[in-house]
Amino acid sequence: MVQVKIWGSLAAATDDQTTVEIKAETLRELLDGLGKKYPAIQPQLDRGVSVAIDGWIYNDSWFTPIKPDSEVVLLARLKGG
Amino acid sequence: MALDNESQNQKRNFKVVGTRVQRPDGIDKVTGKARFGADMSAPGMLVGRVLRSPHAHAQIKSIDTSEAEALAGVRAVVTRADFAVIEDDEFTADTLDNCMAGEKALYDGHAVAAVAASSTAIAKKALKLIKVDYEVLPNVTDVDAAMALDAPVLHEGRANETVPAGMSSNVVARHEFGHGDIEAGLAQADRVLERTYRTAATHQGYIEPHACLATMGPDGQADLWCCTQGHYFVRDLCAAILGMKQGQLRVTASEIGGGFGGKTTVFLEPVALALSKKSGRPVKMVMSRSEVLRASGPTASSSIDVRIGMTKDGKITAGFAELRYQGGAYPGSPVEFGAMSAFAPYDLEHVKTVGWDVVSNRPRQAAYRAPGAPMAAYAVESAVDELAKGFGLDPLEVRLKNAAREGTKASYGPTFPAIGLEATLQAAKDHPHWAAPLGENQGRGVACGFWFNFGGNTCVSMSITPDGTVTVSEGNPDIGGSRASMSMMAAEELGISYDRVRTIIADTGSLGMNDVTDGSRVTFAVGLATIKAARAAKAEMCKRAAQVWGIDEDAVIWEDGAAKPAGPNAGEFPPMSLAEIAAIASNTGGPISGHHEVNAEGAGVSFATHMVDTETDPETGAVKILRYTVFQDAGKAVHPDYVEGQFQGGAVQGIGWALNEEYVYGDDGVLQNPIFLDYRVPVASDLPMIDTVILEIPNPGHPYGVRGVGETSIVPPLAAVANAVSESAGVRMTELPMSPPKVLAAMKSK
Amino acid sequence: MSKVHVSTTINGDPVEYLCEADETLLDVLRDRIGLTGSKEGCGTGDCGACSVTVGGRLVCSCLMLGAEAEGQEVETIEGMADGENLHPLQQKFIDHAALQCGICTPGLLVAAKSLLENNPDPTEEEARYWLAGNLCRCTGYDKIIRAVMDAAQEMRGAS
Repeated sequence: MVQVKIWGSLAAATDDQTTVEIKAETLRELLDGLGKKYPAIQPQLDRGVSVAIDGWIYNDSWFTPIKPDSEVVLLARLKGG
Repeated sequence: MALDNESQNQKRNFKVVGTRVQRPDGIDKVTGKARFGADMSAPGMLVGRVLRSPHAHAQIKSIDTSEAEALAGVRAVVTRADFAVIEDDEFTADTLDNCMAGEKALYDGHAVAAVAASSTAIAKKALKLIKVDYEVLPNVTDVDAAMALDAPVLHEGRANETVPAGMSSNVVARHEFGHGDIEAGLAQADRVLERTYRTAATHQGYIEPHACLATMGPDGQADLWCCTQGHYFVRDLCAAILGMKQGQLRVTASEIGGGFGGKTTVFLEPVALALSKKSGRPVKMVMSRSEVLRASGPTASSSIDVRIGMTKDGKITAGFAELRYQGGAYPGSPVEFGAMSAFAPYDLEHVKTVGWDVVSNRPRQAAYRAPGAPMAAYAVESAVDELAKGFGLDPLEVRLKNAAREGTKASYGPTFPAIGLEATLQAAKDHPHWAAPLGENQGRGVACGFWFNFGGNTCVSMSITPDGTVTVSEGNPDIGGSRASMSMMAAEELGISYDRVRTIIADTGSLGMNDVTDGSRVTFAVGLATIKAARAAKAEMCKRAAQVWGIDEDAVIWEDGAAKPAGPNAGEFPPMSLAEIAAIASNTGGPISGHHEVNAEGAGVSFATHMVDTETDPETGAVKILRYTVFQDAGKAVHPDYVEGQFQGGAVQGIGWALNEEYVYGDDGVLQNPIFLDYRVPVASDLPMIDTVILEIPNPGHPYGVRGVGETSIVPPLAAVANAVSESAGVRMTELPMSPPKVLAAMKSK
Repeated sequence: MSKVHVSTTINGDPVEYLCEADETLLDVLRDRIGLTGSKEGCGTGDCGACSVTVGGRLVCSCLMLGAEAEGQEVETIEGMADGENLHPLQQKFIDHAALQCGICTPGLLVAAKSLLENNPDPTEEEARYWLAGNLCRCTGYDKIIRAVMDAAQEMRGAS
């Protein structure tokens, strides 16, 4: 299981928890698992998210490995100028 | 791709990287030969022009184009009726609506129709013949006013699931970040400062107006030339809007005359393609400056409440900010990035930010350099400064005391890896600027800033010519010298001289998809792909040499621009240079090239500290910038001149935002200052030299340690200047811009 | 409305064109003569991207009519280099990385050349005020001013 930190305004979709547990070994499993366990978070997943894994930010790469003790933080999808 | 963590084998002894070579496009740009968006023409070309709404908010009851169509020389007229309905994709639907209004005109300058004619004069005349029947509606342009329950409503049903019930329909999203317990943290403070700050909307202000040339045939194949930060994104958006297949549309990026985020979307391009399709002729469209200011994206205006607690020895006990950004007529203001970045420079146990995305009757905001971050940093850094000075503490020491560092849990969630904030603060403290004396009516301000940076989809193809020179093809428009940086990294990796490499920006048909030139990603991500492409080419060249020598390819290494046997056991052969291998490529298997395609992850975050001295004229309230120094981490500066240029340019855009630039609306919702005379960007006589200190804390995610530098430099200056002016004027300024009348009024009211 | 016939000299070349009575010199240069080095950044004389000299005087070509060029000597960015030899200002702009996107560069070079013709030894402040009519959004002007001052020094040494 991976501990995933959710940002505050999404907590309504995760029974008011800001940290949730998902069984996942890759980014893809993590995002799929989040959407399945907490369907109310799906609209945000569809709008786009970035994920910080151990302090590094990932956007898309499905097969990025996640270790059970990795720090995983869901972020709003980053955009730049 | 997994993070390209090469910290163990990062290159350190550079020969080309870090030098100040001449850029490859320099001569074209100093002789007037470089071709920008408006500099292209085509045989039989028509002139396209847009009719724009004079109303901030109006129902479009009908549009009669018959007289315009009947005018001799007019070849096509389009309105929204010429575009298909877009379902299931709000972003694309909004983009189309912004390019050509549907049921309502949502801001002053909103496009409602367009014509293509044989001359500019005829096109202008045709616009006057289009009859639009408007029902004018009440408008709202201020962010706080737009949130009021009785505010005029732009759209119904656009709020997402994060917005609580009972708010104005203009509030479309809520974002909350943070950790800890704010009230508990504030209770530990010796002083809690509560303030509201406001910033005006500012425009990116690129000197080149939007321009494009479109050609579309009856078979649906199309070509588009335009000034853009991302021609692949232009292709994909135009294809989605016009119902084309992406492969049917080839987009070529012109030289780009500035963007700063503002050229990361489309305005004219789908309209030009539609006009070309209808007329069967190439159509060129160029915006005027007033069209740029009225109808292309400025950034959001903001209203921000801050509560920060500090102990008398300078420890920040808690930080809270509520940020309200209006992003124009459609959802998508960058408030979440404001909320995420507001407290990023600090190591806080208790921190919370709430951001509200609000729509109003203004042009749809577009990204502007570190979108959303400068306003948030302005509010937080102003409050930290006021608290520090209130306790008689050194504002740099207070920042050092609370600085985020490796292992800090960032205000937006993750734990920071190695970062350079402390290094910038320490460099600022040690710099002679910090100790220099100040005179009467003068003040000094400092502020920190943060930006995320990112990587993204990137393709590089590198071809070795038969005479041993190298062409690098990449897909990101060069907005400030990046072709030089790519050539440098290619030369470095191949072990050849810079003048043997030429980098070009390929069209959308020539490479796989490339993300937009944004997020400070190009030197990082395209650089990474260039290095990897060079490594692929080197591997192939080693293989060719091994073949010639009759030894195993694993026994060949690449060193100083040549293949060599790996050691004495591999055999005795003189090195075979890149040119020698290239010359016999036809005999050893065919042409040689290297390429790399990647979705680059692992862009390192970036921090800066800025320091500025100002003098305030007590008679007029005018502020003069006396001295300015930027301290920023670049990871590794590939071309120091252009790193300094990014630091200086961002600082000066921030100075403009702080002192003069603003969108001014009347009660009628009409923009009152859509020319450069009244929308006043900094000019040469406003400024001193902008000193820079480049720090190099290598990014472990890049083979050479590179971090993006383009955006962070606009984050600190708003607050740095405000802190200096507050000192030099003797009164705390809480609203931008600090134009002379506002400063004078504040000084008089103290 | 009939067009105006104009005979003029552009970068030393005799040129004739027909233009509308209300057509700017900038539009004539760009759309009729094919000299697209002069840029339109604002069309109101505020940005200087269209700077040219007419009879040796620095003007915004967006504020002058094409018809007014009759009998004049017009110099644009395209006439600044001498064959393959760059003008010292052009070389210094490259040497000092005084451009990022390059859209303001032609206008700045024309204006800076005019400055040095009028004042070969400007102070930094004089250079900043002379060039205050030329907007640059990328550089913050630092490297531009350094390039101009360096070119001025080199040109004084050469003369």
